[in-house]
Parts: sequence; C-alpha cells; structure tokens
Amino acid sequence: MSSIPHRVDSDSRNLATIGKAVRIVGQIFTKEDLNVDGDVEGTIESAESKVTIGATGRVQASVKAREVVILGQVQGNVEATDKVDIRREAKLVGDITTARISIEDGALFKGSIDIRKPEPKSTATSTVQPAAAASSSSASAASAPASAAAAATPVSR
Amino acid sequence: MPLQDKFRSIFGKQNEPTAPARAQNAPAPGISFLKNQRPAPPAVRPSRGIEQFFFNLQGRVGLSILDLAGASQQNIDFLTSLGHKVYSGNVIRSMEECFGPDPAGQTNPSRIEFFLKSNFDYPSETFDGVLMWDSMQFMGHALLNATVDRLADIMKPQSYLFAFFTMNDKVQEVQSYEFRIQDAKNLLVTERGLRPTGHVFNNRSLEKLFGKFESVKFFLTRDNLREVIVRR
Repeated sequence: MSSIPHRVDSDSRNLATIGKAVRIVGQIFTKEDLNVDGDVEGTIESAESKVTIGATGRVQASVKAREVVILGQVQGNVEATDKVDIRREAKLVGDITTARISIEDGALFKGSIDIRKPEPKSTATSTVQPAAAASSSSASAASAPASAAAAATPVSR
Repeated sequence: MPLQDKFRSIFGKQNEPTAPARAQNAPAPGISFLKNQRPAPPAVRPSRGIEQFFFNLQGRVGLSILDLAGASQQNIDFLTSLGHKVYSGNVIRSMEECFGPDPAGQTNPSRIEFFLKSNFDYPSETFDGVLMWDSMQFMGHALLNATVDRLADIMKPQSYLFAFFTMNDKVQEVQSYEFRIQDAKNLLVTERGLRPTGHVFNNRSLEKLFGKFESVKFFLTRDNLREVIVRR
C-alpha cells in the first residue's frame, strides 16, 4: 500500500484559495495564483500571478495582478498588467486599467476602462531586472498559505 | 459525436436548442420583455448619426467616452482601438432598478437623485462624447430633464452626445434595442422588447430639451428612428 505514490495536483501547488466561509479584512500580497471564493475587504496584490474572484467571491478592494478573472462581485479598482476577464455572471463597480480586456454579455460593469499596452522592454531594463526582482520579492510575503494573507486580519463569519 | 448530441439522440429531444443557442437569444439580465414576443435576430444597421459622432472625434486620441449601452466587448474594443478611455454604464438596467419599467413611476425626486448618482456621478466637464443610444425616449419628463441637466454638466464644451428617438408619435410603446458598434458607420442592433415611451418627440421638442446645448442635428431614418447628435 505504501508503494502507491501520493498524488500531487500540479494546479494546486501554486494556487492559494480563500474559501467560501472566509472573510479577510486587510492587505493580501501573493506571488502565487489566488482564488477568492470568500469575502475580502482591503487590497489584493499579485504582481506576477493570476487572481480569480470566484462566483461566490465578494471583494471590496482594489485588485492588482498580472491577470484578473472575475466571476463574482468586485467593488474597487482593478489593475492588470496583462488581462482582465469579466464573465457573464460578474458584477464589477470600479475602474479598470489593463493591457487587454474580455467581457461577456450580461456582465454588469460600471466604471472606466483604460487600455495601457506594456512598453517594450529595453536591453537596459532587462539587465537590471534580477536585482529589482530580488528586492521586490524580499518585500513581499512568504510562501503559501501565509503568502496569501500577509497583512490580513481573518475574520470568521 | 459531441456529448450533447449523444444525449439528445438518447433522450429524443432533437429539436431542443443547445444551451449556447438559448443563451444567445435570451434577454440580458435586468431587461424585461414587456410583450412576450420572440426578438428578431441581430441586424447590421447603417447609422449616419454614429458616423457623424465618430467623424467629430476624428484625429483625436485619449478622449473620455461614456457608453451607456451596458458593457460589451464590441463597443469596448472599438472605442479603445481609437485610443479612447471608455466609461461604461447601463442606463436602461439602472432605470428598471430605480423606477420599474413604466416612465410614469419616474417622478420621485429622491429616486431621480439616486438614479443620477448611480449613472452620472462624474466631475464637471469629464466627457468628450456620450453614447446614450435609445435610453432617453424611455424617460419620463422629470427624469429626462434632470438627466439632460446632468449631462450638460459632465460633458466638456464642444463635446458630442448621440441618441435615438422614435419618430412614430402614434404609439405608446416602442422597440428597445441593444446597440453594438460594428465600425464607424454601422451598428449591430438587437431587439430587447417593447417599452412604454416617456414622451412623443419631434424636432422642436428635442431642440427645446437640449436648449442648454450648442446645437442639435437630426438624421431621419427609414425605420422610424430619429438619430440625434447634440453638441455641448
């Protein structure tokens, strides 16, 4: 029996989840992909990753990430370096800044959309990138699950 | 054989539309069909009004455009491809939430205030262009006048507003449409059901309505619609 290898889900290894029954008030910094199925009030930052606000997720916060997918409710500004994806059942009140946007018919959106294409990287910036990345990673939170709620105050409901 | 077809062949529901087909024909949430009729399929409609609207904005980028048709991929793609910033809202949906479907209910001052705050809470002189589509013809007198006053405030001088009004003064209900921008000259329109009109509009009443604005330009169409471009 012990010879059966323990199954590792490759998707869940780099994914933090805020469950349905969880409410967080505060700031969330993460370097992993983040699923929000509960309530968050404050800020969510995930500069290099994807943040998904699930169908049961209710976020009253500004969200910054590489990619933001919204199926639930968001009240706050959304900033994505790559893409914002608003699904049919989503409700978003806030301003969007992103390089690309996808919005399904039926989604409720009230706010502004500012498309900002990323500036092409010059060779000078690419050489200094490792140092900048190192300093930013030291400032951000530790690994999961603590990384998903570095400065947050969980409140049970 | 796709899984859906396999299920249909097993359960004998050959004629039932697939889920995507039903979703496509279903009205947008919050839009009620006042008459239970089958909406016509989306149709491309040339629009002199929208052509004029974009002609007026030609050669400028980074403008602020308020699109009140509800957020849609086509409109966002088109407006942002011109280099503009898009502000999105859904006036028809908001009117239903605030007042219900009948313009007669649009007289309560506190509800009107709430409606204006929900849809037009922007600093003075924010917008270079406003796309009202056909929403204004479904507003009662009090709501319409308050909305026009608010628009005059949030629009920049020499900015433009685009709206549709029915020309048929013998009807109490007119077709409501969903508008998607195909290109600078054409719209994709989808029927959303009949709605009671708040007014009967003619050129004179529209000029009076937009009295605070610099000019009003009309484009008459074959389908009983009057396209209106208003310059702030």
